[in-house]
Amino acid sequence: MELQTVWFFIWGLLWAVFFMTDGFDLGIGTLYPFLGKSERDKHMMIHAMGPLWDGNEVWLLTAGGVTFAAFPLVYAVMFSSLYSALMLILFALILRGVSFEFRNKVDNPAWKKVWDTCIFVGSFLPALLFGVAFANIFKGIPIDQDGIYLGNLFTLLNPYGLLGGVLFLCLFLVHGALWLTVRADGHLAQRAEYLAGKLWPVLTGVAVVFLVASYIFTPLYNNYLANPVLFLVPAISVAAIVGIKYFLMQKAFFKAWLSSAATIVSCTFFGVIGLFPNLFPSSIDTAYSLSAFNASSSPLTLKIMLIVVLLFVPVVLAYQIWAYQLFSVKVTDDDLAHEEMY
Amino acid sequence: MDVVMLSRLQFAAATMFHFLFVPLTLGLSVLVAYMETRYVRTGDETYLRMTKFWGKLFLINFALGVVTGITLEFQFGTNWSRYSAYVGDVFGSLLAIEASVAFFLESTFIGIWIFGWKKLSKKAHATVMWLVAGAGNISAIWILLANGWMQHPVGFTIRNGRAELTDFLAVITNKFGILEILHMIPSAFLLAAFFMMGISAWHLLKKQHIEFFTRSFNIGLVVGLVASIVVAITGDMHAVHVTQTQPAKLAAMESHWETQTQAPIVMFAIPDEKNERNAIEIGRLPGALSLLGHHDINAAVIGLKDIPKDERPPVLPTFISFRTMVALGTLFPLLTIVGLFLKNRLLESRWYLWIMLFAIPLPYLAIEMGWVLAEVGRQPWIVYGPLKTANAASPVTASQVMTSLVGFILVYGLLGIAGFYLIADFARKGPKPAAADANSANG
Ligand code: HDD
Ligand code: HEM
Ligand code: HEM
Repeated sequence: MELQTVWFFIWGLLWAVFFMTDGFDLGIGTLYPFLGKSERDKHMMIHAMGPLWDGNEVWLLTAGGVTFAAFPLVYAVMFSSLYSALMLILFALILRGVSFEFRNKVDNPAWKKVWDTCIFVGSFLPALLFGVAFANIFKGIPIDQDGIYLGNLFTLLNPYGLLGGVLFLCLFLVHGALWLTVRADGHLAQRAEYLAGKLWPVLTGVAVVFLVASYIFTPLYNNYLANPVLFLVPAISVAAIVGIKYFLMQKAFFKAWLSSAATIVSCTFFGVIGLFPNLFPSSIDTAYSLSAFNASSSPLTLKIMLIVVLLFVPVVLAYQIWAYQLFSVKVTDDDLAHEEMY
Repeated sequence: MDVVMLSRLQFAAATMFHFLFVPLTLGLSVLVAYMETRYVRTGDETYLRMTKFWGKLFLINFALGVVTGITLEFQFGTNWSRYSAYVGDVFGSLLAIEASVAFFLESTFIGIWIFGWKKLSKKAHATVMWLVAGAGNISAIWILLANGWMQHPVGFTIRNGRAELTDFLAVITNKFGILEILHMIPSAFLLAAFFMMGISAWHLLKKQHIEFFTRSFNIGLVVGLVASIVVAITGDMHAVHVTQTQPAKLAAMESHWETQTQAPIVMFAIPDEKNERNAIEIGRLPGALSLLGHHDINAAVIGLKDIPKDERPPVLPTFISFRTMVALGTLFPLLTIVGLFLKNRLLESRWYLWIMLFAIPLPYLAIEMGWVLAEVGRQPWIVYGPLKTANAASPVTASQVMTSLVGFILVYGLLGIAGFYLIADFARKGPKPAAADANSANG
């Protein structure tokens, strides 16, 4: 395989891992006003993601950084084209991040209300907008031969883009609710379980509609038709979605959460494989599309970065898995009593 | 205003705001790790309370550092896309390495530190804080190498209309970047030390938690003394290197117009850029600039007049920021040396405690001025030599950048107020009583 191909898939993998990890805390943040009825519930929900959200978000930074290093032209055109959408996402993530730290530091209902709102908006917007952005990339972005974007924020809000947003939202909501079944206790855990059960058919329905719509609106299936073995990936998505329901019925919550993680990863890869070799296709003329081959860094940079990634990403995975093990148990009242945390 | 100007304003606002929090993170993380280690070694509860008290201030500050950094990571793409396409081959990898090597470590382990008091052994918990502190400083090293490359690009060639990497080793051993590291990291420790001394001074003035804050003050004093001396020394080395690599910046720093041997340093001046001279000059030290820049009193120093007009940086801000930084850089060692003499009668030396309380903002000012000097003085280049800032912005519309700039100012303004309010509030309240912390630590 050429270096560029390897890098294309590393690029896809980083986004997939970002959606898989940060997905559950974006989901919990979106559920926060609906499930967080009492002060204790809210503490519990913040506590459920508190130790992990920051480490999760770094996958976004790495996905961005690696795009810059391996495909500078994509980094340049993608983020300047999606300027307004990305700024919205970034502001939302800023507000969400400080909310965890600030909310419980002052004992004043108005103060808490402000940060509660920020947690919701700061989770809901990115969840939706990442979906909108990626669906639009699947469809193709109106960029000309100089990589200049010929649309605006509202160009992105077309039906297929919005459908992508709704799909991501559903994926993250289920993912978040399942994480709560793992970490929360009492009626919060029960309500999360109930909600995950209710959301599951919605997610399945939206996913099916999205698959069909992708056939109509995007060229994603071309790669699959040329090479039918690849249909294995969407098949894994289907199996993983079914797995969520199965484990939920068995009350094997952690396994259900893992299934939903597998769903997110395989859904992302469904799109990434369909895109190959394009990272940022043009909807005006395919000749203007930015691909792994016409937008990559020099072989030397790709080689050095490959060494860095092969050395460090496994180490990162090892200690993150350790962190997840440490914090995938029920939050206790004793944990909550230690207010100095958050 | 055009897109370039707006983008510059936005970048300056975003980085300078980010950098209100970064230095304290870098310095205080190490100091907190040190306190926790002392606690593990000695079992002395005061050290545990110190870890928790300073640790809490650290965390509030850290959160703001993290969230403001996230926008920076993407701003090269959103606002400087032509720059990104041009330099990504070299510059992008440094940023990507920073994220995968340092940010992961820092962000994953900070969560474990905050929530892991009861889950880990005391020793493991202290080790986690060392990992956080180490990772923060490693991230600084990579980002400064990236900045050092923009200041003095090496190890690349222009091919396919962009800068392509030819020598990675040269990039990561770039002297400009190394000097930035040697100057910047000690200045972060200096800031953290003054922060700790200032807050301790306030409590000592109120005669409360005396043992606790005397100990804290003394740690700050030692670190502050060493750091302020190192900062001054590496600052001088930096100036020599700037003379060699960026003559235009040096000339602007000194408002030095005529190329001449035995070039003077002027203590006070008002640059008059239009007429290419200084409107007022007081206190000429003949030969001093030649001595400073070349370590040779007879060496010639290039003046601004010999630099094409469109390659000169804005003189006034470069000049003022340098003066401010150096004045403060002279003050800091003096303040800490005085502290050394008063060490054993701090409580009685109320005037000194007052000074140290009001000195808290000064290292912040010095650090921001340092960056203004480095970045404004680099203009009009974005990559010194190959690429001008004017050719580096994204093809976005001015109204888009205007909107996001207003967003930055509003959101950052409010966050800054909330954040500094919280820090001040917790600093004022002081540590928790001994019993409460002892309870929460065992286990
Ligand atoms: C001298 C050090 C230094 C410098 C010059 C910069 N930063 Fe920074 N940055 C840090 C030192 C640092 C830090 C101390 O390591 C922070 C503060 C809190 C943290 O997590 O790391 C940080 C946070 C931080 C984060 C969040 C990381 C996380 O979530 O853990 C990002 C994405 C950036 N920075 C990116 C940048 C960019 C793109 C810069 C270039 C303009 C920049 N920083 C200048
Ligand atoms: C974090 C500390 C930093 C501060 C406070 C800072 C400050 C500034 C300021 C004041 C400007 C505006 C200069 C002008 O337009 O006249 C600027 C511009 C810029 N700086 Fe920095 N800087 C910092 C670090 C960095 C680092 C580490 C990098 C690169 C890795 C960097 C890259 C840039 C770029 C790309 C611009 C915009 C283009 C330009 O105006 O030159 N900065 N910065
Ligand atoms: C005592 C005398 C000092 C001297 C001679 C000095 C010298 C310098 C020089 C020449 C630069 C420009 C480097 C460039 O163009 O990139 C610089 C940058 C800087 N200075 Fe200083 N400095 C002094 C004190 C301080 C102090 C006390 C602080 C803060 C506490 C500080 C913080 C900075 C920072 C943050 C930068 C920008 C980053 C960098 O380029 O390293 N300096 N200094």
